Amino acid sequence: MSAPELGAVGVDLSADALRALLVAAIEGCSVTVVENESPSGQRSLVLDHEHAVEAAIFLRDNSELRLDFCSNVTGVDWPDREVTEKVKVKKMVEGLEGATEQEVEETRKTLAPGYLEAVYHLFSMEKKHGPVILRLRTRDRAEGNHLPSLTPVWRSAEFQEREAFDLFGIVFDGHPDLRRILMWDEFADYPMRKDYVSPAEDEPVLDDGCLPGAEPGAEQGAADA
Amino acid sequence: MSRDLMMDATGNDERLAPTYGAGQHRLKAERESQILEVSIGPQHPSTHGVFRMDVKLDGERVVQLKPVFGYLHRNHEKIAENGSYLAAIPYTDRLDYLCSMTNNWGYTLAVETLAGITVPERAEYIRVIMAELTRFQNHAGLVGFLLQDMGASGTPLMYAFREREKILDLFEAVSGARMMCNYLRFGGVRVDCTPEWMKETRELVGVLPRFVDEFERLLRGNEILMARTQGVGVLPRELAVNAGVTGPMLRATGVNYDIRKVDRYGIYDRFKFRVPLGEHGDVYDRYMMRVLEMRESISILEQALKEIPEGPVQDPKTKLRGLRPKAGEAYGRIESPKGELGFYLISDGTMNPYRYRVRSPCLINLTILEDMCLGQSVADVVVTLGSVDIVMGEVDR
Amino acid sequence: MLGEGIVKGLFETARNFLGSYVDKDRLVTVQYPEERHPLPEAARNFPFLLYDGDDPEAGLRCVSCHICEKECPPRCIYIEKSTDKKPDFVGKPQFYPARFDIDVSVCMSCQICVEVCPFDAIRMDKEFELSTDDRFGGLMWTKKELSKPNEYYQKIHPVEAAETDARRAEDVEKAKAKAAAAAAAKAAEVAKAAEAARADDEGAGKEPSKG
Repeated sequence: MSAPELGAVGVDLSADALRALLVAAIEGCSVTVVENESPSGQRSLVLDHEHAVEAAIFLRDNSELRLDFCSNVTGVDWPDREVTEKVKVKKMVEGLEGATEQEVEETRKTLAPGYLEAVYHLFSMEKKHGPVILRLRTRDRAEGNHLPSLTPVWRSAEFQEREAFDLFGIVFDGHPDLRRILMWDEFADYPMRKDYVSPAEDEPVLDDGCLPGAEPGAEQGAADA
Repeated sequence: MSRDLMMDATGNDERLAPTYGAGQHRLKAERESQILEVSIGPQHPSTHGVFRMDVKLDGERVVQLKPVFGYLHRNHEKIAENGSYLAAIPYTDRLDYLCSMTNNWGYTLAVETLAGITVPERAEYIRVIMAELTRFQNHAGLVGFLLQDMGASGTPLMYAFREREKILDLFEAVSGARMMCNYLRFGGVRVDCTPEWMKETRELVGVLPRFVDEFERLLRGNEILMARTQGVGVLPRELAVNAGVTGPMLRATGVNYDIRKVDRYGIYDRFKFRVPLGEHGDVYDRYMMRVLEMRESISILEQALKEIPEGPVQDPKTKLRGLRPKAGEAYGRIESPKGELGFYLISDGTMNPYRYRVRSPCLINLTILEDMCLGQSVADVVVTLGSVDIVMGEVDR
Repeated sequence: MLGEGIVKGLFETARNFLGSYVDKDRLVTVQYPEERHPLPEAARNFPFLLYDGDDPEAGLRCVSCHICEKECPPRCIYIEKSTDKKPDFVGKPQFYPARFDIDVSVCMSCQICVEVCPFDAIRMDKEFELSTDDRFGGLMWTKKELSKPNEYYQKIHPVEAAETDARRAEDVEKAKAKAAAAAAAKAAEVAKAAEAARADDEGAGKEPSKG
């Protein structure tokens, strides 16, 4: 994405370098690097909730980085998934010469808990570099769907965090105006989640009785009988 | 009537000061009885679609403005996640339905970044030609609509649409449709342009400068235009950057940030063009940005049409149907006529994108609508909104 | 001078008004139902099914492979596969659609079905005056309404049609050559078998003499 000569400015924007910078600058900050195997090679940083705002302010105000432009904010849904792995376990096996300890391969199925994720793409308008990708992960997909809001740091996140709240159900603590943005206020579900089931489309709603299949008055007749 | 008198910003942390926070403005209780609530839109000719603004007025002055979205929401992202990578391209046409070519480009660029696809040289040139024609017709249309909002009924709009029509005819001749082009593919473009088409385009690019000249003569020195636009809807530079405003709106505040220059996606590094910059960040500057960018687009078109080589237009190794990029993610962005149009894709190795996200410039440019309109009159709100250049298909997605 | 800009603008308006009588660039509209702009060859509107020859049933190119149905972004194509087979243009037995419906009220004219069709069976039409007073049935086009002859395709998209026809003629030639080669191979095999049989006979005849 970034043009070759932009790297020549001397700022190392690789995920590892940024991680080192953040850990050094903010006490107790835990940052994990997410690998990206695809040819794009855009790796990202997972921040912890407590230090996310601090880290964001650091990235924005650091005179070398100056990531003053938060371009894209979005949610991603990672539902619970079953992980099958083969584990070698030491077991006492009854053999001919009594019980011996042997290594046995076992298939274990574990449930990896799902979570919701907010992804921030940062660029710098001043230094003209980027992208730096930040991720924040919720504890789970039900009650623990809270994340710190970065809207106080980058105003551009305001509508996009509202959108992530609306479509994914991520609650951003500290957002000045967290309401539904695209769906109507009475809507209960979060349509962009992977397990969302839309109400049946072919249910005639308004033009009941006008559709060729539906017989007008059929329901009424049944009720009368 | 100063803004500070009526508003009380709730700033708590000093480092968070640049957040001017829509929704942090509070009306002073004693004045509330005189406040009038007006809902502008969703059915209003100057809201450019189904957009609504809940406005609170003190007399003629705006004291609060809350944009309301969602009237055209169709969950574009979910639709694309349920379809294949190819099936998403015709849907991107319908985002910003005035600029389908640039929307296609944004999406194909993201897929190409994700899957490591290369594009043949001729296809890159064709993309630039299409993108610049799109930029020209979008800006022509926008300027026409903006003047219409100001009361220049019909005349400039019709002149703009006359030129736009000629460009749409070119789009139709090559892609088959005037607005829903569905023309770009990952790894190139769908069909090659014929030599006759190239000739027609060269002829058209030859006459377009005359239109811009005429347009400028028509309205540049117009006293009414200046009175209605200068000093109206001023956007401070610092706020524009912090609020992620992009495109001509950002450059009108004087920030030199054009993704064609910054990322040099495609082959934009081969062309010589200037990035027009404003100074005051008001409606007049935004209007002039569009007029000046039309001229730069013509200059890019002239260069591209001169240099375009022969060759294939589609990478033969790329599978269009049943593309399965390796698991991973990519963010691709282009400078669409309205600002930074980004597509964020996550692949899980299957035929459908796991996550497909559109970073819509129109929606994010509306973040600061309230800040621009506070303290202005209702008539200026209409002009300010017109200068943002929104298309509801992209705002609501 | 105040008002100078306005006067200049009005001068420009006058130039455009008068120019529209003489300059083609300034007058681009036509009186639609009487006059029409010709559509470019690439113009597309809604898909139709192609058939060869005169019989829309026998000559239908579609082999009911369901690719377009699966790739269609708004999912407006409905296909039911036949149970029996009919020979296609090269003589190979193929399935055909027992039912092929396109809901044009849903279709968004994107041309993806045309691009993915490996059998040149579906193409885009240019017809755009399609309004109907039937909200439901009138916009659900069945196989009968969709089938159009190859001549029609040659008329609306001459360059594309010529290319497709040439490719298909080549396929027919190839199929013929293959059939001929297969026939020759078969004949050779038969001859070989006959020869082997004769050799066997001869061998059988010789064997006792050897013993």
